[in-house]
Amino acid sequence: MSNATATDLGSAERVYSADNYLHAGYGLRSWLLTMDHKRVAWLYLVSLTVLFAVGAISAALIRFDLLSPSGLLDASAYNRAFTVHGIVMVFFFLVPSIPTTFGNFLLPLMIGARDVAFPRINLFSWYLYSIGGIFVLAALLSGGVDTGWTFYTPYSSVYSNSAVVFAVLAVFTVGFSSILTGLNFMVTVHKLRAPGLTWFRLPLFVWAIYGTSFVQVLGTPVLGLAMLLLFLDRFLGLAVFNPELGGDPVLFQHLFWFYSHPAVYIMILPSMGVMSMVIPAYAHNRIFGYKFIAMSTLAIAFIGFLVWGHHLFVTSQSVYAGIAFSLLSFLVSVPSAVKVFNWTATLYKGQVTYEAPMLYAFTFIGLFLIGGLTGLFLATLSADIQLHATYFVIAHFHYIMVGGAVSGFLAAAHFWWPKMTGRMYPEIWARFAAVLLFVGFNITFFPQFMLGLAGMPRRYATYPVEFQPLNILSSAGAVVLGVGYLLPLAYLVWSLRYGPKAPENPWAAKGFEWQTSSPPPLHNFYRRPVLEADVHG
Amino acid sequence: MASANVEVPFEHFESLEQQHDAARMGIWLFLVTETLLFGAIFTAFGLYHHLYPGAFSPASRGLAWELEAANTVVLLTSGLTMALTDHYAFELRRRKVIVTLALTILLGLTFLVLKGVEYRGDYLAGSVPFLAGGWHYTGQDPSHAALFFNFYFLLTGLHASHMVIGIVLLTILLGRAFLWWSPFGVRRMIVGVGIFWAFIDVAWLFIYSSLYLIDRSGGT
Repeated sequence: MSNATATDLGSAERVYSADNYLHAGYGLRSWLLTMDHKRVAWLYLVSLTVLFAVGAISAALIRFDLLSPSGLLDASAYNRAFTVHGIVMVFFFLVPSIPTTFGNFLLPLMIGARDVAFPRINLFSWYLYSIGGIFVLAALLSGGVDTGWTFYTPYSSVYSNSAVVFAVLAVFTVGFSSILTGLNFMVTVHKLRAPGLTWFRLPLFVWAIYGTSFVQVLGTPVLGLAMLLLFLDRFLGLAVFNPELGGDPVLFQHLFWFYSHPAVYIMILPSMGVMSMVIPAYAHNRIFGYKFIAMSTLAIAFIGFLVWGHHLFVTSQSVYAGIAFSLLSFLVSVPSAVKVFNWTATLYKGQVTYEAPMLYAFTFIGLFLIGGLTGLFLATLSADIQLHATYFVIAHFHYIMVGGAVSGFLAAAHFWWPKMTGRMYPEIWARFAAVLLFVGFNITFFPQFMLGLAGMPRRYATYPVEFQPLNILSSAGAVVLGVGYLLPLAYLVWSLRYGPKAPENPWAAKGFEWQTSSPPPLHNFYRRPVLEADVHG
Repeated sequence: MASANVEVPFEHFESLEQQHDAARMGIWLFLVTETLLFGAIFTAFGLYHHLYPGAFSPASRGLAWELEAANTVVLLTSGLTMALTDHYAFELRRRKVIVTLALTILLGLTFLVLKGVEYRGDYLAGSVPFLAGGWHYTGQDPSHAALFFNFYFLLTGLHASHMVIGIVLLTILLGRAFLWWSPFGVRRMIVGVGIFWAFIDVAWLFIYSSLYLIDRSGGT
């Protein structure tokens, strides 16, 4: 390739469909050795879908077991099911989900760049992710893991006789993938913005990806070290977390949650970024309070690092530390609320239309609201003593992780599908699936709030018989929810071949990515994108 | 293709300046993650030092601090030769680059050899808790002292593995400098590896002071 493309962006005529990144190469090599951020996004999308399926099947096993008070699965099989569900969904779906797919695809487009700063490292991150995925499968094939996704010591480091080592290697490896992605995106946002695209003209999705990357870069190394120490404890008897030999098991929890609480914001911030793009597009209104949303992203990323102790309220952590962590946890709800208020205010006097991405956005707002408010219960020291490790916690974080993060993922998938594939998805089916997801999700998880309040603890294969009706309701909801996931998979794949061809900007939305063809050419733009006067319109 | 005399940016950058800025920011961000990795171990070490001073302080005083003082000099000197490499690479002076790179590698290897000597001494003294036959420590509170030695091997071992990675990168650079097919490529790589090498030096200073020196004043 020549340098000519660097300077002649304006001269080439705009050509549709035939000349795009999907036609830049056809063989397997053109995908597996690609340095194009748009193709790397697809590599991730496919592998994420595979691992999501693994996590979803294990969730189905959990809900199957809980149909009966005596448990339909063997207790140790149940332990393995919820552990795999947690590990796969957290580390292999939610954390990488939006940044590695839509972030990868859109970040360079949104800032008018030709690629991310380090395309080779970008591809390398995907390989690390895949190796991590192989370790997960190795853990499954060698008998599964039964520690829970939190790997608490000393059970994980000394006593468990399951495949902890493979699981730890998986998390360690995928952590480096996450670090490199975050690093790559931070440098991209800092150094590759188009001339004139100042910080406060950036799309809010870019802000969200930037805040997420910040957390990924700062948090993940500590998780990596915690995993390394756990590994050495198990292999060499290092005893760092083994109380019998003077080690401190609570130290592991500190190191683990120093990453894993901020990781919650790695999962939700990108979805919030999606909301900030989707809502103004279908409200046909200017985003309300742009600067507040941008700054609240950074505030969440920053305060998120100071709240990990709320996972340790019932350990030996001092009461004073508990009080501080409780207050800081309340504090993080302020910037979250700022976002929700701003999105809602964006609807005011807008011409709201109800396409599928907007339905997912409404789902996000409603469910995130419930998830966030119940989080305040759990941040309260005294209430947490009662609710700790019950189904209330499970319901709370599923409202955030599924109701928030996954809804955001699906909103993004529909919103940018025309741009990524050049095809429109079937609108009717998409709206139906969105409604199904909302209904199925609530039937699944709202009963779990009630179960938790009534005192049903998490992670047990059996339960007292009076909890059965709500558990059956929850399992029935999971079936509806499952259909809500399978439908998009089916019609989106269908649309790849049979969907109508997409125009450049089907939603009349703002932003550089809508100023290039659908799908974009190999180098993203035929001519230099134009900075609109009202960028966030 | 790039001409040999003028450095041209990669396709996806607008200018050389932008490319170099991006690379520099990337390597510094990488060092931030490294700092957090080491920082987490220092946190754990600090906690246990605070919990078990009766075991940790005497164990620390028993380490071969004189040997490692010499090693510190070796490592800091390699920092100087690395800085010189960077300087000569900037001016594209191939011969000087080769000489200073070779010196840096040599000093790095010296450090690792001395480290090996120290580890051998530890093994003979029975201070290696996790090896069969490596543990017959006779100092105070041996069970908690084992924790100290675990951290000692963890920190110095993690540092040594960084040294190995650094030396491998330097050796690749030496080969590329010999061939001199892509002078600008060599120069770009030296900037990155140089910053990484400097990080290894600085990390060592923290490790040396907190493992070897911190308890010396209280000793007899």
